[in-house]
Amino acid sequence: MNLRSFLGGTHVPHSKEATAAKPIREARLPAKVTIPLHQHTGAPCEPLVKVGDHVLVGQKIGDSPAKLTAPVHASVSGKVAAIGYYLQSGGRLVNSIVIESDGEQQLSPDVRPRGTVEDLSSEDIVNIIREAGIVGLGGAAFPTYFKLVPPPGKKFDTLVINGSECEPYLTADHRIMLERPDDIVYGIKALMKAARVGRAFVGIEDNKPDAIEAIRRAVSGVPGIEVVALATKYPQGAEKQLVKAILGREIPSGGLPVDVGVVVNNVGTAAAVADALKEGMPLVERVVTVAGSCVREPQNLRVRIGTSIGELIEECGGFVKEPAKVIIGGPMMGVAQFSLDVPVTKGTSGVLALSRGEVEAEDVSMPCVRCGKCVEVCPMRLLPLFISQRAEAGRFDEAEEYNALDCIECGSCSYICPSRRPLVQAIRLAKSEIMARRRKKQ
Amino acid sequence: MAGNVDSMADKRFIVSSSPHWRSPVATPQIMRDVIIALLPASVMGIIFFKLHALLIILVSVIFAVLTEAVIQKALHKPVTINDYSAAVAGLLLALVLPPTVPLWIPAIGSIVAIGIAKHVFGGLGQNPFNPALIGRAVLLASWPVLMTRWVWPVSQAPWMQGFDALTTATPLALLKLSGIKTPYAALFFGNVAGCIGETSVPAILLGALYLIWRGHITLRIPGYFIGTVAVLSALFRQDPLFHVLAGGLMLGAFFMATDYVSTPVTPRGQALFGIGCGVLTVMIRLFGGYPEGVCYAILIMDAATAVLDKFTRPRRFGEVRRSA
Repeated sequence: MNLRSFLGGTHVPHSKEATAAKPIREARLPAKVTIPLHQHTGAPCEPLVKVGDHVLVGQKIGDSPAKLTAPVHASVSGKVAAIGYYLQSGGRLVNSIVIESDGEQQLSPDVRPRGTVEDLSSEDIVNIIREAGIVGLGGAAFPTYFKLVPPPGKKFDTLVINGSECEPYLTADHRIMLERPDDIVYGIKALMKAARVGRAFVGIEDNKPDAIEAIRRAVSGVPGIEVVALATKYPQGAEKQLVKAILGREIPSGGLPVDVGVVVNNVGTAAAVADALKEGMPLVERVVTVAGSCVREPQNLRVRIGTSIGELIEECGGFVKEPAKVIIGGPMMGVAQFSLDVPVTKGTSGVLALSRGEVEAEDVSMPCVRCGKCVEVCPMRLLPLFISQRAEAGRFDEAEEYNALDCIECGSCSYICPSRRPLVQAIRLAKSEIMARRRKKQ
Repeated sequence: MAGNVDSMADKRFIVSSSPHWRSPVATPQIMRDVIIALLPASVMGIIFFKLHALLIILVSVIFAVLTEAVIQKALHKPVTINDYSAAVAGLLLALVLPPTVPLWIPAIGSIVAIGIAKHVFGGLGQNPFNPALIGRAVLLASWPVLMTRWVWPVSQAPWMQGFDALTTATPLALLKLSGIKTPYAALFFGNVAGCIGETSVPAILLGALYLIWRGHITLRIPGYFIGTVAVLSALFRQDPLFHVLAGGLMLGAFFMATDYVSTPVTPRGQALFGIGCGVLTVMIRLFGGYPEGVCYAILIMDAATAVLDKFTRPRRFGEVRRSA
């Protein structure tokens, strides 16, 4: 089989065995949920409820008039216990609504079928997706409705669905593809109509042959949708690399997929779109991979948004040994946590508890020996060693000249570096400094 | 909240920026692999040139490691001799020395290689020139007679009858000065006069294959280097196979021109580096004062590394060409 891929990238261990074969399990109903009003790219929401209010599952509890935002909904029925600033996975305190569950899981009357793809117009579907608070479930949490409407003067011709799940450990998308292929295809049809495109490609890494098979079966006979097997290589699931692999189109530097006529969505997002249309259920739960060598029973859980990650770990049998790092997301791009008392948000794809042996301490770095491995693996074909060297010296103008802003922060350079240099970490610093200076100039 | 979570909240986790894991391949391991890759060539050198070759290797490596330790101690820096980088430089130096030199020669060479070529510039990763080759170049300039005394492993090869006076010349010198062409078989297997580690092509290739298999080097620089020597020597109506097999080309192309620190990191920079090394090697061999030019060719190209890196940046993903 001739697999499509991109230049650069690296082969990281998959570490998916522990959870890939286990069906998704419904997590216990939490006693309370903490739902941040800002769990997406864009403007934070304002609360629509007060402390003491009784809320129902699927009821909208936060929204914003801003152009780019995503409303949030109650994931449990019960009483609003508090509204205030709580720790979120990014390390920031975010205005959040705390709901104490009454255990009833009574549905809001707003949760009702919205119609079929055939009957609804493109505008209707975009609107339903917005009202359902759907964001990119791959981890970026970019509001989906916003992506589906091209800016003036631009047009989509292709929808790309991301089923590559290239981050190690994570198998949530893999399981959704196996367990809900028809819903995914239904969601893809809705997304195609919303974006007004006639064709869609589902890109899946070839280390998931069963998922490729399942989606192929589900799309057989559906015109315009094709499954593409991709080489298993990190970061295959990065938007730019995915579009390049499937369509051969390079999103221009500083540009978006729409610049090459493409809109990209995750398989989990497609399934969430199906839920929003068929049942009218907004995004109040998601599948989270709980894994890592410190977790007793790694598995995929369907989790109510706002459940604390500590509860998920407890549900998976707790820790077998003391973890060195607890990560939300994958080991390549995830965020290390200092507390287990942070809620699962729409962008939480995984919770990993890794041991000392799995994570390398950061104090062992040696001088750069210019081996050039970072250059070989950079999927953006940058020179990470030079950007980070300038960044570490505080010479951010030179870092910019070396195209620091093109970095997608996939972490391949830091992963491969035999001298354990903090490459992407330094480049990240350069990016934020360059952006801060630009803002100052304006 | 469940009680168990409260108790877990006291636990301390490491918080740092992603990525959270690293490839298991670390720099000291790569250096160790280079030593392993040089073992076949070293063993062949010892077989051909006997005990004295072994002593040269030992003195060279020991002095390289000692020099690094003494300098780092004196400068109150952490002593990093266990990263094997000094040992690699010492071993490489020994392999490019004639097997006849007195033992103080490798000692001085290693002190120069580590003390001047490496630590004056700031230590590991900072040296613009290949330390082992700087060591060799300094020795050759300082003690030209000692550094050009050669012996043949097989003192009286049948085809050499009648050329006794020339038995202390390398194949390249024999060709350049007397027009005598050493047979391919001898050149390939290495029972000819030459530096300790440069004569046996199969031993060098075996080590190079190991480094390629381990993912530490690519064929880019050696391929362009050796290819350029072959093409260019053919253009000058010389025997390309002879020029590829003779002298220090194989050792230089696979183990010196692939030195991480002193060579370019960009793909096109590496290609140009290899081509430049090849051109300079042929020029020195055919038109220069020395019979062999690999060492100087690489050192000269080392000087061009920063420029090559600067002007051969890869076209980045999504880069829009202005002319288009």
